[in-house]
Amino acid sequence: MAEVTYREAVRDTLSAVMRRDDRVFLMGEDIAEMGGSMGVTQGMLAEFGPERVRNTPISEIAIVGAGIGAAIQGMLPVVEIMYEDFLTISMEQLVNQAAKHRTMSGGQVKVPLTIRTQGGAGWSPGAQHAQQLEAWFVHVPGLKVVFASTPEDVRGLLWSSIYDPNPVVFFEHRTLYPLKGDVPDEIAPIEIGKARVHREGTDVTVIATGRLVHESLKAADEAEKDGISVEVVDPRTLSPLDAETLIESVKKTTRCVTAHEAVVQGGFGAELAAVVQHGAFDWLDAAIERVGAKFAPLAFAPVMEEYVVPHAADVLEAIRRTVARA
Amino acid sequence: MSQVAGHERARTGLSDERLRELFREMLLIRRFEEKVEERFRAGELPGFLHVAIGQEAVATGVCAALEPDDVIASTHRAHGHTIAKGTPVNAVMAELYGKEEGCSKGFGGSMHLYDVERGNLGANAVVGGGLPQIVGAALAFKLRGDQRVGVAFFGDGATNTGAFHESMNLGQLWKVPALFVLENNGWAESTPASQQLPLPQDELGKRALAYGTKTIEVDGQDVEAVYDATREAREFAVSGRGPVLLHVRTHRLTGHYVGDPQVYREKGEVRRLFETHDPIELLRARLGVGEDEFERIDAEVTAEVEESVELAKAGTDPKPEDALRWVYAEGTVEQPGG
Repeated sequence: MAEVTYREAVRDTLSAVMRRDDRVFLMGEDIAEMGGSMGVTQGMLAEFGPERVRNTPISEIAIVGAGIGAAIQGMLPVVEIMYEDFLTISMEQLVNQAAKHRTMSGGQVKVPLTIRTQGGAGWSPGAQHAQQLEAWFVHVPGLKVVFASTPEDVRGLLWSSIYDPNPVVFFEHRTLYPLKGDVPDEIAPIEIGKARVHREGTDVTVIATGRLVHESLKAADEAEKDGISVEVVDPRTLSPLDAETLIESVKKTTRCVTAHEAVVQGGFGAELAAVVQHGAFDWLDAAIERVGAKFAPLAFAPVMEEYVVPHAADVLEAIRRTVARA
Repeated sequence: MSQVAGHERARTGLSDERLRELFREMLLIRRFEEKVEERFRAGELPGFLHVAIGQEAVATGVCAALEPDDVIASTHRAHGHTIAKGTPVNAVMAELYGKEEGCSKGFGGSMHLYDVERGNLGANAVVGGGLPQIVGAALAFKLRGDQRVGVAFFGDGATNTGAFHESMNLGQLWKVPALFVLENNGWAESTPASQQLPLPQDELGKRALAYGTKTIEVDGQDVEAVYDATREAREFAVSGRGPVLLHVRTHRLTGHYVGDPQVYREKGEVRRLFETHDPIELLRARLGVGEDEFERIDAEVTAEVEESVELAKAGTDPKPEDALRWVYAEGTVEQPGG
């Protein structure tokens, strides 16, 4: 085992794959000399050169589209979109093109494209650099959606995303980059579509993604002091979703909280709640609680940002509400 | 950096025999599209359709100048490009009928004709949607050292999209072997050039100046000119000197979609254009194809089209649940060392 940061986990995986596979190359804004605006690709230009670590113009449509075209021709491009807010600029290529080629062609085309992006609040980036838009992509058949919350999951899931024959949108969270965690010495691919149970419990299941996995683990520790046993599960891949693991967990605990940083309305928690209530309806002892950001573009001042996005305390309150209603 | 190509230019590329083959192909595309219009009006074809009557010399001339490994991305007006790139009319017609024998197995329809084996990466129903992907395909060729080009067909309407400008910019920056084939027919659906282009319609090729991209001006009603320009552009692109914009002036001798009453178009315009700018008639005159020869070729291609309709009607309907079959590719990409 070795300890690496979430940021290093991304870089190590990209580098490891690029060392063994000439088909893999990177495209993105400021990823070469600068090493990416989050420093993820630092040092990679020196090792792999400008043909494989490609700085691009600020052209999200062209970058994603070029990734699609190269992927169809048998390359394995990894495109970095600097902030997931900017994915909105490339939506046409992602949603109408990447996601649909395989079906529209009657199975003739594969698009093994990985789009890495990051976002999230917690450092006052304001309304256009902090969104959590993963739910948008879950709604699109043909795309896979991954949101890793630990260094180990980053390594295993990024590897699997690059070698997945489908377009994968791979979300990273801005505030998790310095997070350290133990990882196997050799990168161990993790199957896309498998949830991880981070903490076992018997009273409430919290299904959390991204930063909220860690907030939920804190909330679970607090709840334990009150004698509430909380299970924390991270789906890790939002599409496809490991519904079975989630449903089995809730059948055991009989209560469920969903937690993500994205706004609650229309958020991924709504999908989770629907899946769980359908699969574990007869076991549920309380209404499913959803934790997420308040419904507002993110305000800049730290006190307002803090107020809008959810934290461990919000998860803890939700846990208590489910127990109180039993 | 640009040359004016027209009826007077020196003709270098094609033997009369090869031109006669292209004449036959253009007539085949014309008869195919007329048949498609007829069958659509008869209510046999689902969805909606766009034909490219009047633009046959563009599809035929460009594709004739490509090598088999070159790839194209087409548009919503895709029948001609697809046939010219080598897909049998039976497979195209079957697709329009939504049959398993179709070139997209009934999953695509008129606006999503694919034939990957023959280098057709798909017709695209979003204006400008194919351009960035052709940049990417061409980038893959460049990275691997393949002597291949990617070709994006698009219309004048697409030159107003961000996708066009971003693709031109990126393609030129990286000097990828791509051909941008601008089929300038002066109409974006029903909107004339005067309402969508700040430049005079004939000067649209100037848009490439902003990127320093080589531009070749082409008369799109002259298949030989289109062929020659495409050969020149292809040689330039595969030599590593960067992409080329082929600015092809052409005419849509029909509505935007089948059934379009064209209320926005001056009465008599289409008829006049047919008299002076029909690419098939122009080539016929140049080759001196007489009545007997014309009737023989016409009978052949008409029979081919008729047969494609009969085969399509007798084709296999997909099962409803097949609709879910190709949402995701299974398994993983093959990895080095197994």
